[in-house]
Amino acid sequence: MSRHVILIEDEPNITEAIRFLLTRDGWSVDAHADGSGAVELIQSAQPDLVILDLMLPGKSGLEIIRELREVESLKALPVLMLTARGQMKDREMAERAGVTRFMTKPFSNAEVLTAVRDLHAQASRQ
Amino acid sequence: MTRDTLTGSRIRERRLILGLRQAELARAAGISASYLNLIEHNRRRIGGKLLVDIAQVLGVEPSMLSEGAEAALIANLREAAVDSGVPVAELDRADEFAGRFPGWAEVLATSHRRIATLERTVQTLSDRLTHDPHLAASLHEVLSTAAAIRSTASILAETGELEPEWRDRFHKNLNEDSRRLAESSRALVSFLDESNAGADRRGVPHEEAEAYFLAQGYHFPALEDGTATPEELIADAPDLVSDSARLIARGALEQYQRDAQALPLAPLKAALEEDGANPAALARRFGCDLPTVLRRLGLLPFEILGQEAGLVICDASGSILVRKPVTGFALPRFGASCPLWPIYTALARPHVPVRRNVVQQGRSALAFECLAVAWERTTPDFDSDPLYHAVMLILPQSDIPENAQPVGASCRICPRRGCPARREPSILKEEF
Repeated sequence: MSRHVILIEDEPNITEAIRFLLTRDGWSVDAHADGSGAVELIQSAQPDLVILDLMLPGKSGLEIIRELREVESLKALPVLMLTARGQMKDREMAERAGVTRFMTKPFSNAEVLTAVRDLHAQASRQ
Repeated sequence: MTRDTLTGSRIRERRLILGLRQAELARAAGISASYLNLIEHNRRRIGGKLLVDIAQVLGVEPSMLSEGAEAALIANLREAAVDSGVPVAELDRADEFAGRFPGWAEVLATSHRRIATLERTVQTLSDRLTHDPHLAASLHEVLSTAAAIRSTASILAETGELEPEWRDRFHKNLNEDSRRLAESSRALVSFLDESNAGADRRGVPHEEAEAYFLAQGYHFPALEDGTATPEELIADAPDLVSDSARLIARGALEQYQRDAQALPLAPLKAALEEDGANPAALARRFGCDLPTVLRRLGLLPFEILGQEAGLVICDASGSILVRKPVTGFALPRFGASCPLWPIYTALARPHVPVRRNVVQQGRSALAFECLAVAWERTTPDFDSDPLYHAVMLILPQSDIPENAQPVGASCRICPRRGCPARREPSILKEEF
């Protein structure tokens, strides 16, 4: 059974590149371009991992992660946040909200792939 | 004491400003000195013909003496007292202060208004940097598009066998994203340019002077042929608004004039056509020093020098005094520049000419030949250290020489990692 990742990202070409990368790495990828409805989608799909943009239409990445962490079954879900806002205060705010790892744009494909594999491996061990 | 009872104080103030003795004013107004003394100490009310006569002797309107400082000035003084946060015991005597010391009161009120204006400017700029929605959206757009391009390009470059369908799709994405990046970058630059073009910029005298030089193309034919003096050019420059900017511009124009006299345009042009821009040869030929030649070459128009040139002059603290930009070599507008610039090497070894090929880190990575030398601006003496300035001529190169040294603009915007000269982290390190 393939590992399942949900990608919440409003930039279609980033979505396409990440989908290609992760599909080749054996992941099944579902993408969603809007912040609204993201929590419900994740809650019903129960993926192995979530990749989340910070600035999204509808609902921000921070709001989404805070809502996710209130759901008992999603408290330990690995969430990788990708954002153009890379200042220390943004990173700290994201980590306080419950993000597992924080990555700034523009990122390298290798960094994304490594982060996704690491996060999944850590979650599997727990 | 209320404003209308301070007429005497204002008469005394005005008399002292004019340097009149009490007896002189009394005699001129047809009263005794002792009576004037009572008036001046607000012990006798004054009005009617006597007030008109005294005002005439003092050369002011009677109302200036009877009404004193404007109500707005007094209101401003009260506001300054409240805003200072310091309890002012004499708050109810602002009228008296304004009446007795109108000059000082105006200084205080003007300073208070200036502080309020500056505070608003600081607040506006802080808001712009932290909350400006357009700026935030533009930066987000640029970074997101750059992320998409980097990721897509990486797939195309690193994936061995890529199905034609995927390859075509990624090529199309790259094309779209590069166009978007160009547009969003242009929009961002326009926004920042517009932000910088506001009236607030006029508050920095060096920038005001620099804008004047830029508008003239850094070339002043009237100084070349001696048909105008620096003073006349300054007097004819309405864009130089502040006294500080005029002073800075005048100093730079006087230097220009001296350099132009040392290296007159016509023979200099002939020498350049014969020998090219060889500073040492020009110094020997014209019998002048290297700093003069470098300053002169750096400000010559393109059609005379035969190539583009930038110029930087700094003082011994490293602060840039003159900056003539050249394409591809970023010169920081604020704060200190890169300590690896050859001009600072020259500053450490006065009179020793320094020639370095450099590549400025960044997007374009263009190469430049930099010629620098430091000279003393004051005559050395046994008991006082000379003051040094340094000049650097920046000449763009068509190719990047093998020995080119990497330099930056300023640490804040320099992406170079592991630089031993770094003073502070780069904002690019976090943002990109």
